This record gives sequence, C-alpha cells and structure tokens, in this order.
Amino acid sequence: MQNDKQLLAVNNLVKHFDISGGLLDQLAFEKMKIVRKRTVVKALNDISLEINAGETLGVVGESGCGKSTLARTVLCLYRPNAGEILYKGDRIDELSSKELLPFRTKMQMIFQDPYASLNPRMTVARTLEEPVLFHNRTLTSPEVQDKVASVMEQVGVDPTWANRYPHEFSGGQRQRISIARALMVDPEFVVADEPVSALDVSIQAQILNLLMEAQQNRGLTYMLITHDLSVVQYFATRVAVLYLGMLCEEATTAELFEFPLHPYTQALLAAIPKLGKKGAKHIKMKGEVPTPINLPPGCVFHGRCAFANERCEREIPSLQKQGSRIIACHGVEEGRL
Amino acid sequence: MGHLLEVQNLKVTFALRFGDLTAIDDVSFTLDRKEKLGLVGESGAGKSVTGFSIINLISKPGFISEGKVIFEGRELQSLSDKDIRSVRGDRISMIFQDPMMTLNPVLTIGTQMIETVRAHKKVSKKEATKIALEKLNKVYIPSPEKRLKQYPHECSGGMRQRIVIAIALLTDPSLIIADEPTTALDVTIQAGIMDLLIELCDTEDMGLILITHDLAVVSQVTEKIAVMYAGKIIETGPTDLIVTKPRHPYTKGLIKSLPGTHQPGEALKQIPGMMPTLTDIPKGCAFHPRCEIHESICTTEIPKLQRTGENGQLAACHLLEKTVDELNGAPSTPEQDN
Repeated sequence: MQNDKQLLAVNNLVKHFDISGGLLDQLAFEKMKIVRKRTVVKALNDISLEINAGETLGVVGESGCGKSTLARTVLCLYRPNAGEILYKGDRIDELSSKELLPFRTKMQMIFQDPYASLNPRMTVARTLEEPVLFHNRTLTSPEVQDKVASVMEQVGVDPTWANRYPHEFSGGQRQRISIARALMVDPEFVVADEPVSALDVSIQAQILNLLMEAQQNRGLTYMLITHDLSVVQYFATRVAVLYLGMLCEEATTAELFEFPLHPYTQALLAAIPKLGKKGAKHIKMKGEVPTPINLPPGCVFHGRCAFANERCEREIPSLQKQGSRIIACHGVEEGRL
Repeated sequence: MGHLLEVQNLKVTFALRFGDLTAIDDVSFTLDRKEKLGLVGESGAGKSVTGFSIINLISKPGFISEGKVIFEGRELQSLSDKDIRSVRGDRISMIFQDPMMTLNPVLTIGTQMIETVRAHKKVSKKEATKIALEKLNKVYIPSPEKRLKQYPHECSGGMRQRIVIAIALLTDPSLIIADEPTTALDVTIQAGIMDLLIELCDTEDMGLILITHDLAVVSQVTEKIAVMYAGKIIETGPTDLIVTKPRHPYTKGLIKSLPGTHQPGEALKQIPGMMPTLTDIPKGCAFHPRCEIHESICTTEIPKLQRTGENGQLAACHLLEKTVDELNGAPSTPEQDN
C-alpha cells in the first residue's frame, strides 16, 4: 500500500453473528406457512481502518457498538464474514490457524477484567511462561525464567512473587500481570480491550502510565478499545468513533476533541463528565440505540440525529476524507453541518 | 427544624471471628432538602456502607456501634424494625448500581410499581396505577402505559435505571440515596440520568446522596463532596473548593490522576500503592504509606478533620500548611476543556 509506516489495515470488514440457534429454533409459523428465519447480529458493517507503527488508535463508542468485536476480529480471533485484514501488507484473515502462528507472537491482546482473564489455577510464572514455551520452543528453561523475571520487573510486579496464584494479587497487580503476559512474546501490536475500566481511579493512572512506558520502551503500537473518552483523549494519537458497527468519524485526537464534526461524536463528547463543570449542557439524543439485528436503513444514526433529513433515512453515508479526518455523514458532506 | 439528615460520628463495626472490623469510623455530615452530597472514594473506602447504614440496612455481623443518624428529627438507629420500615423505602429511597439486579425479572414493571405503592400506602390498585404512571412521566419514560405491562428485559439499561428512579419516587421520599447509579451505563445515558436526578431534587424538594467513585460526575451534580478513604471522611466541603483547591494529599492525588487533567502524552500523576484492606489499616493516618509528604507524626497520630481556612472545607491531615504551597505549583483544574 502507499503508506510504508502502516502496520495494520482493515478494509471493508464485516462481521455478523448468527444467533438463530438450531433448526427447530429457526422455524416460525407465518401466514399459515412454516418459514425458516435466521436472526443475525450485524456487529461490524464495512469498517475500514489503518494503524501506523508506533501510534495508538483509540476506538470509542457505546456498549454494543462493536468495539470488542472489532478488537477480536482484527486479531483473527473471530473470522470476518467479508473484507480483509492486512498486517504489514500480508493478508492474514484467510490464513489457517497454523499459518497464523507467526503473526500471533506479534499481535497480543490485553483483556478488560483481570479477574476473569487469568487462570486461577496457574501460578503467575506458569501463566507468563506459557506463551513463550508455546511460540518459541528453542529457549531453555533458565532463559524462560529469566525472561519471566525481567518482564515482571518491567510491569512493576516483584519477580519473587512468581510462584503465587492470581487470587493473591489485587486488581491493579493482576492487570499488570496480564500486561506482562501480552509482553512475554515481544509483540509489535497490542490490542487493549478496556484495560482500565475494571480498576479504581488511582490504580487506573498506574496502569495507563505502565502502558505508555511499555510503548516508549518497546515501540509498541496500540489499539485501545474503551468507552472512557478521557482515557482516549489522553492516550491515543488517533480516534475512531463507532456507532452500531459503523465507523462514524476518525481523526487525530486533537482534531476530534477540538472540532468533532459528526453529530454523534459531538453528543458523545458533550456527555463526558468533566471536573468542576457544574450544570454543563449535554446534547440530548433522541431515543435509544437500535438493535444491531434490525439496522435502520440509511445512516444508522438518523433516528437519534437532530440534523437528519430525508436523504439520511434512505442512503447509507459513505466514508469521506477531509484532510486527515474520515467521516461518514451526509450533513457534513453537503456542508449543512 | 434542623437539617433533613444529620449523621453524627457514625461508626459501623463488623464482629468477625478474628475480632472486630471497623468498616466506617467517625463519619459525620448533614444534608438539607434540595441539597446534593457526593460521597466519593475508591472501592473499599466505606461509601456504600455509609449509605446502607443511614437506612439501617447493615446486616449481621455488622452493626452501628457508635453515633447517630437523625432524619427529619428522628433518630433512625434506635427505631424498631417495624418503625424503620415507615422510613426506609418511604421517606428515604435507595437506587442501586445495576438496574437489572434491582428489578424483579419475572414481574412486569407495573406489578412491581403497584406493589411498592401498596406496601406503603393504603390505596386501591387503580390509584396505585395512577401514581405509577405519574412517576414514570416524571422520569421521561415515553408511553408509560405500555411500559407498565412490560418486563424489565424488554427495556434498555438507561430505561431500566429510569424505572428504578420512578420506583424510588413512588412514595414521595425526601431523601434519595443513589449508590453508583450510572456506573453500569454508557456516558451518553449517564449524562441523561444525572440531569434527571438534578432536576428531580429541585422539583420534588428532595435531598440526594450520590455515592460514586467518579469525581468528575460528582463535581457536575453536587453542591457538597465528602471524600472517603479507608472508612473515614478525609476531606469534605463545597464541591468547587474540593475540586479546585483540594487540601488532603489523597484528594489531590485522585484529581491529578484523572486523565482529563493532563496534556496528552504527559505521564499521569499516580498515587503509589493501593487502598489498605480494613483488616490491615496502617497506624496513624491511614493514607501515610501512600503519601508523598508524610512526616513522623503521620505514622503515629490519627489526624482529625480540621478547618482549612476556606469556607466550609475540612480536611484530615496533619500537614495542611504543606498542602497549600504544593497546590499553587501544580494546576489542579482541567485546562483543555471546551
């Protein structure tokens, strides 16, 4: 592709989940006939993104907008229904699990809940050794142990605690351990799915600093999935806003927070609670997020948008480039907004 | 008449096999009608226990070992189980974090609302339905008649929390205790719920105690803040003062660790370590092991809440003189708003 700094690219990604269940669940009686109906959750629709080496792409949106699905699909933990995923120009979405292995060491994930993502029956040392032993079988066991100790030190967990179990650690320390697990195989690209939302405020700061340090020392590229816009504003270099599985707007963090163009981004930014802004005006959105099973026609946001017109109800807006910003909105395209 | 609610030196103890555990200690505050108080702190600070103890919802082995809760002129902790029920859920309502856990999944919303009204008032079903509809209108539920016939799972998260608020309003309480009411919700929904709570306090002439870990939310809603740490209120006062001129090192640390108060890329100020467990509270000031400026007095003597000089602001710190200077050096208000 044209951009040689590009680490990962996602083109027209589609991920649907069939939740209709078994054959008997699908049968329904309609107009005196038995018909077979499928229920499909349209989690991601036509998403295109690029992530450059060394940057942090923040992905924000409300619950159910497909943030986590995007994270997992990008890592090929879910196989996309359509579209392509390119890692350094190599297409990875069509590879077999075995062919994916070399990419797995380069792409790692940090999960939201450190209480659920660590195996309670494995000591910290075993949890950390496992990815190394799996991916790099040539290392001798003293080498692996050295590595465990050094990574534990880097994430701020005392290496002498390696033989303890996860329940002996606090939430913040567990999250450090799950970060250590991701770092064990020396990845280039880390997807962090809500890495701090299960943690207390003072611990959040510790973990965010740790992630930033790791990025500086190892030259990591992050994809940061979160609903917390203040974390994104602080941490990310670029931000992508998702709504109902669609990309609304993508821009550099500074640009997006200063001049949000998409009406949804504007409403989302206005809703962030800010310190000491009593009685701050929120933009009220009409109604509720529709279900991803029955997507509204046209722009998915039109039902809640104050600026929607007839065209928005009919036509799906395409992603338009405006400088470094990408936006999907008829209003902005027509110059109404 | 005094305050709507007066909590005096409240202490809640849990009698456990290995000894007594003090969950909250020497907690005092007052609240008037239309006033909103924010109880802020991290998990384990004792915020929820404080909320529960006001309406005597502490169950064994916990009990209120010292102090008083005076509500509308009555001492609540001395009331019998029967008498407290005329206050709890009637004069004081509580809203919990997860609306899906609060609502009964197998009863329609109408059934639950009518049941609540009839538990507290002698009214016919028809009248109870009327009250329910009126309250659903107050929380801006569209087509409330339809909602009454629905089950909780048919509503979205924000809608459910609005219904829970409507249920809390059914008995026209004069105090609402909201325990993390929006933690399970999205920011856009959270903004709506908070706006609603502010409005209701005003129109219904109620007091509100908002329990949350989110300082930013509290600063938008309340007039007063009490910051809790390891079971004690360590700083309290008017919201603007606490947010712009915090004096306790813990409050300062909390505010400075918010990502919104930083330039992107700058390392976040972090508070080292973590909150002590209640079984293992450090001697002296409970915060001293995490405090950057602590001195020898902090390790031996428990600091009392004392005036900081600013109007109505109290902080429990031995080294208040030291916390003024430091404050001017580092801006504690967000700069990149707007």
